[in-house]
Amino acid sequence: MKTKNLFSLDGAGPLSEKAIEALDHFEASRRDFLKTAGVMMIGFGFGTATAVAQGTTPGTPDNTQVDSWVAIGADESITVFAGKAELGTGLRTLQLQLAAEELSVPMDRINLVLCRSGVTPNQGLTVGSLSTMTQFGTAGLRVALDTARDALYQLASHHLSVPVTELILQDGVFSVNGGEPTHAVSYGQLIQGKRFSLPVNSRAVPNNPSRWKVLGTSVPRVDIPAKAKGTFEYVQNVRVPGMLHGRVVRPPTLGARVQNIDNSVVNGLPGSPQVVRVNDFVGVVADTEWHAIKAAAALASGITWSAGDTFFAQIDLYTYMTKQPSRDSYSVNTGDVDQVMASAHKTITAQYRYPFQMHGSIASSSAVADVRGGTGQTATVKVWSATQGVYNMRTVLSNLLGIPAANIEVLFVEGSGCYGHNGADPATHDAALLSQAVGKPVRVQYSRRDEMTGGEHYGHPMVSNEKVGLDANGMIIAWDYENIWMQRGEGAAIGTAMPGNGIPGALAGFPTAQVIPTTTPTNPTAYNNFSNAIPSYVTGSVNGMSFGTGTIASQRVLNRIVASPLWTAWLRSPDRLQNTFPHESFMDEIAASLKADPVQYRLRHLSDQRFINLVNSVAHSGTWDTRPSPKAGNARTGVVTGRGFSGVLYEGLDGYCAMIAEVSVDQHTGNITVTKVTTGVDTGPVINPNGLRNQMEGQVVQGISRTLFEEVKFDGAVGNITSNDWRSYPVLRFGDGIPEIDTILINNLNAPVTGAGEITITVVAAAIGNAVYDATGVRLRQIPFTPENFLAAKAEQKV
Amino acid sequence: MANYSLRVNGQSSDVTIDDPSTPLLYVLEENFQLNGPKFGCGLAQCGSCTVLLDGRPIRSCVTPVSNADGHSVTSLEGLRALEGLPHPDALHPIQEAFVKEQALQCGYCLSGIILVGYAFVRDTPNPTRAEIENALNGVLCRCCTHTRMLDAIQRYARENF
Repeated sequence: MKTKNLFSLDGAGPLSEKAIEALDHFEASRRDFLKTAGVMMIGFGFGTATAVAQGTTPGTPDNTQVDSWVAIGADESITVFAGKAELGTGLRTLQLQLAAEELSVPMDRINLVLCRSGVTPNQGLTVGSLSTMTQFGTAGLRVALDTARDALYQLASHHLSVPVTELILQDGVFSVNGGEPTHAVSYGQLIQGKRFSLPVNSRAVPNNPSRWKVLGTSVPRVDIPAKAKGTFEYVQNVRVPGMLHGRVVRPPTLGARVQNIDNSVVNGLPGSPQVVRVNDFVGVVADTEWHAIKAAAALASGITWSAGDTFFAQIDLYTYMTKQPSRDSYSVNTGDVDQVMASAHKTITAQYRYPFQMHGSIASSSAVADVRGGTGQTATVKVWSATQGVYNMRTVLSNLLGIPAANIEVLFVEGSGCYGHNGADPATHDAALLSQAVGKPVRVQYSRRDEMTGGEHYGHPMVSNEKVGLDANGMIIAWDYENIWMQRGEGAAIGTAMPGNGIPGALAGFPTAQVIPTTTPTNPTAYNNFSNAIPSYVTGSVNGMSFGTGTIASQRVLNRIVASPLWTAWLRSPDRLQNTFPHESFMDEIAASLKADPVQYRLRHLSDQRFINLVNSVAHSGTWDTRPSPKAGNARTGVVTGRGFSGVLYEGLDGYCAMIAEVSVDQHTGNITVTKVTTGVDTGPVINPNGLRNQMEGQVVQGISRTLFEEVKFDGAVGNITSNDWRSYPVLRFGDGIPEIDTILINNLNAPVTGAGEITITVVAAAIGNAVYDATGVRLRQIPFTPENFLAAKAEQKV
Repeated sequence: MANYSLRVNGQSSDVTIDDPSTPLLYVLEENFQLNGPKFGCGLAQCGSCTVLLDGRPIRSCVTPVSNADGHSVTSLEGLRALEGLPHPDALHPIQEAFVKEQALQCGYCLSGIILVGYAFVRDTPNPTRAEIENALNGVLCRCCTHTRMLDAIQRYARENF
């Protein structure tokens, strides 16, 4: 050790002599590693490297090691490995920005490898608007990069024989403050093709957001030019030598089982079709896509199915849900709600309803699988998949195919926007089952009907029962909330290890997790507002401590889950949208009953200063008209306008959002048009202003679509899903009224970085519903706000 | 088996297809290895498979390959070739407008949005935003990047006509 290290690493101190020595003398060739990882990628694993954690599947990089996240070559190449997928939201660019910022190199010097099992760290699923928070947090990409940067500082100090405080770092080259320009050393020269062999320091200090150069700027997305040109390779475009094309043949109704199958119907058809059957999983494989489509159509005519499950009619959905045995838990329960409610000056109740909705990706889902060797210890699998979790996929495929996880490679390839757990995973399971049967690589792409009824796991429907007690001054003194939602498959296969929690695995005979009813709901042991079940205006009290954003002390939130006949999974802002719609609508109802301005009334029950600031900012920017709803002077016929407010702290910890929607309502036709939306977020330091606005704008319009148009239709008498194309599942189109959108970004440099992929859509439905009430005096408590539903509510409420 | 002569993105090719009802989309994907036109619904309901047939937007998922025999097919990749612009691999001005406006999220729908928008602007002098929106009514974008797409097409119309 030649240099005294003056540079203090927060929490870690200077590198030990032993660590420096390890860096200097590590035997393995970093250059070889890079060659394999950067150029080939295929067949690469960490199986023999030191960076394999004990007890994990061989071929899983150890997240606690810097080498699992970043590799610097002697040729100055920089490869960053990350586990959060690009789902169309700009996450590839964001992670490049982060790496460029923390390593002080231009973005184009970084080769970013995303989501490949055995190669990138296991960061679980890319879901829940959590990716930025994770990557900027203490167990994500940032701390690994900062640990690497700090080590490079130490090495440079050692190499140039000056304290780190005298080093200047620019574009991956260290020089000495005031020294000769030639007295410099680069990352590549320092690392000399070796590994870092360092544990990640979870307390490594990030570059200060106030001095960000790459983060915080509107860096254009790196994927957009190739997408605009049409050359970008989506998972739908993956072509593998020798690849065949597969199609699935799903049961015509839910729960129908194969009674008889006549394979001979495909005999003589072009493309040498091969029929595959695993219990009730049926498909066909042929040489081209068109031949597979024709063969699948023929095969469908050769199968005799049993009658399907029968269940409730569409119109009875919500009544049915409230009468089922349920699995119950409290999010909060201060134990005094009934008593305080009994003492209230006045109580108000309302019920809200949210339907099944679907992801409805614009692409029908696709995947390619190459399963060799059948099943067992010597079989191998490689899949190209738009999955949200390559490691979870590896586990599910292992169970589905009976092949060790160590023999399975999952490569993430971008699909179309998924908005949650769409058909990407089921299509991958389908491709794997077909490939296993025929022993060759098989590409599956769903038909539109497959996508919407055979691979789709719908968003949860919800019934929400709201009740508050008011004191004589009109302040809320108790809030009692009960939600009931339906699910089948405990989320989805991807969230568990069970293939039977998704459609293909269940058809192939794997068991599906059941919703087991509880007799006594449990009280919370820790604060968890992950579903936004807890309204913003209560204190969020658990174990006598307040974790929420509001002031109301007496509170009870009961969550009840019931079994669904339809398959379900996470759809963008899962349950949070369903819970925020009633909370933010009900708050508006309460304010209206007191003839109070909806924004002012909210502020009277909020305690969280960031939330209060955002509400005020949005109200100011949107020139909020402070007055009670409904708007005085509006006629009860013809076309009228109104404005509505809504806001939330997403998941109780992941970014604040507030919104004003302005609407025009034709009270004769019932047609609702959103004319303008003003919306703001406080997600901590803004990482990419243009990218953030793109997310917000997209969520506003998608939120309008889900609020005004979307509802999955079914015929319970025969167990059939009737929403199976874009005519039977209409969504918002160009020409349906695209609003003017004004976005407000609070660049809060003192707060942690949080997510933005789901927060804005969460508040849209309530903002629109409140605006409709303001315009018309009609309270809409059931999604979607179609013309028929508006007119029915207007008639029922005798407005 | 039948031979079809197609002029795809400026290059003439003959392809042999056994079934004349094979949708043009699959021929472009499998025989021509193009990524631009994409399968979305197979029902002519979404527009992801849009190509220009002799300069006019069509849905390649429901257009039999036999209908394209002897015709010119332009996919999203081929807009520069269609206009005879140099550097056919570079972005066409309407594609540049989409980059400038960052007018997409996943981008899967772009064949429909850009090619329908391109043909509409070409055929409609000084289009209003409402006219462009109306022209795009049959094309779906599920990431809901509608406002930016309208901005991009308006920019293209403003800067190039």
